[in-house]
Amino acid sequence: MRVIVLAAIAATLAANTAWADEQEIKLKPGPGLDKVEANCQACHTLAYIPMNSPFLNAAGWDAEVTKMIKAYGAPIDDADAQAIKAYLAAHYGG
Amino acid sequence: MTRRHLLQAAGAGAAAAAAGLRLSTVAQAESAASRLTPGVPAGVASYVQMGRLPGKRPLIQLADRPPNYETPIEYLRTPITPNDAFFVRYHLSDIPEVKAETYRIAVGGEGANGTIELTLDDLKKMPAVEVVAVNQCSGNRRGLSQPHVAGVEWGYGAMGCARWRGARLKDILDKVGLKKEAIEIAFNGADGPAVDKTPDFIKSIPVWKATDENTIVAYEMNGEPLPHFNGFPARVIVPGWTGTYWMKHVISINALTRPQGGFWMNPAYRIPVGKFPIRDRFITQENATSTPITEMVVNSLITSHRDGDKVKVGKVVVSGLAWDGGYGIRSVEVSTDGGRTWFSATLGADLGRFAFRPWRFEFTARRGRNTLTVNATNKIGQTQTAELIFNPAGYHNNVMQRITLIA
Repeated sequence: MRVIVLAAIAATLAANTAWADEQEIKLKPGPGLDKVEANCQACHTLAYIPMNSPFLNAAGWDAEVTKMIKAYGAPIDDADAQAIKAYLAAHYGG
Repeated sequence: MTRRHLLQAAGAGAAAAAAGLRLSTVAQAESAASRLTPGVPAGVASYVQMGRLPGKRPLIQLADRPPNYETPIEYLRTPITPNDAFFVRYHLSDIPEVKAETYRIAVGGEGANGTIELTLDDLKKMPAVEVVAVNQCSGNRRGLSQPHVAGVEWGYGAMGCARWRGARLKDILDKVGLKKEAIEIAFNGADGPAVDKTPDFIKSIPVWKATDENTIVAYEMNGEPLPHFNGFPARVIVPGWTGTYWMKHVISINALTRPQGGFWMNPAYRIPVGKFPIRDRFITQENATSTPITEMVVNSLITSHRDGDKVKVGKVVVSGLAWDGGYGIRSVEVSTDGGRTWFSATLGADLGRFAFRPWRFEFTARRGRNTLTVNATNKIGQTQTAELIFNPAGYHNNVMQRITLIA
């Protein structure tokens, strides 16, 4: 009986716990989101954004975007970079 | 309702159905994403869930691309971490499936007298050695930094311990011969960046560490081929040192007469000079303010319980792991009164000075809140810290863990 109950619990957990191979990250809507989606996902999951929130302030997000361009060589033009920084500070800033 | 709340609701439903029965370790681990380590940035809970990579159990999916998956503490209850529960950490997103038949390691460099190419069979024909060693990400527990710092926001599980089998790096280097001018040995892996301008992940170690008898190129992990996501067909094992040097899918080994450059050596993976009680120095990379991270600091973790778990009044056994940078664990002490008095925990099997050392501690839980603090001491007398030694990258977090159990 105990074994059956435990099996039932495991089945319930399995049914209720989503195991995703691929992340589906829904970022907050707002101006600049299109630039974030168009640029950032070329190299990495958008999960890095909520993961690093909400503790980065505007200067912190500015430094991160600058690092992506300068240190990691992300091909993001100035206008997009400004839009991305503004979006991150407004929606994921601390 | 956030995904985390959904998961919590699901967990609560299952717990109610259990009617007092204890959930199995696997079930607990598989719901770990809904019970994140207290203290990680709040944003993690807004998206994180368990994710399954091929050949792996569901792990805490911090990022799927590049793959960064954390091991739930329930899978850290043994001194050897199972291969399918071992954490996964990559910097770059282009990760090829390397075939054993076509795999080659190019060995050479300007600090070597010659060059050779090794196949997987060549490696396996060399004298084989085994070492049980902890592989811990430099940024393990970064998520607990106060203030928070940017990066992959790991909780406690960016680490594991395995029995690695392979050829000594020293024996590989002897095949080409080192010039006396050689100062560093550099590694590159088969993985690469998504865009060309991103610096490839290349790391070096000092010659003295590369030629240590415990530094190997491993093709077996716990008696099996390495899982793809832990570096198949072969990776570098640098016992005692943090995971950044343990190059996965290693395809080149170069002896250098000048320090390795590049983003991943500087400014990445650096600690401030003089802040940590580190003995292993990487002099050729050191400057006035920063130095490469080297050996792990002494640390411990409770893995039998999570903070806030309910226990019964009376005898309770708490257990966990302790490890350090290769001196070995001398003792683990537990305090039940916030650090005023300490009692020795019982140490378990000793699998070697680079391995996880299991420990257990029995105490009498009183009704209400029971707080436990753990502190490990290594064989050269180093202990964990009471306060975080803050650094901008969130490395070397060995603050004594404190949990509260409710009876």
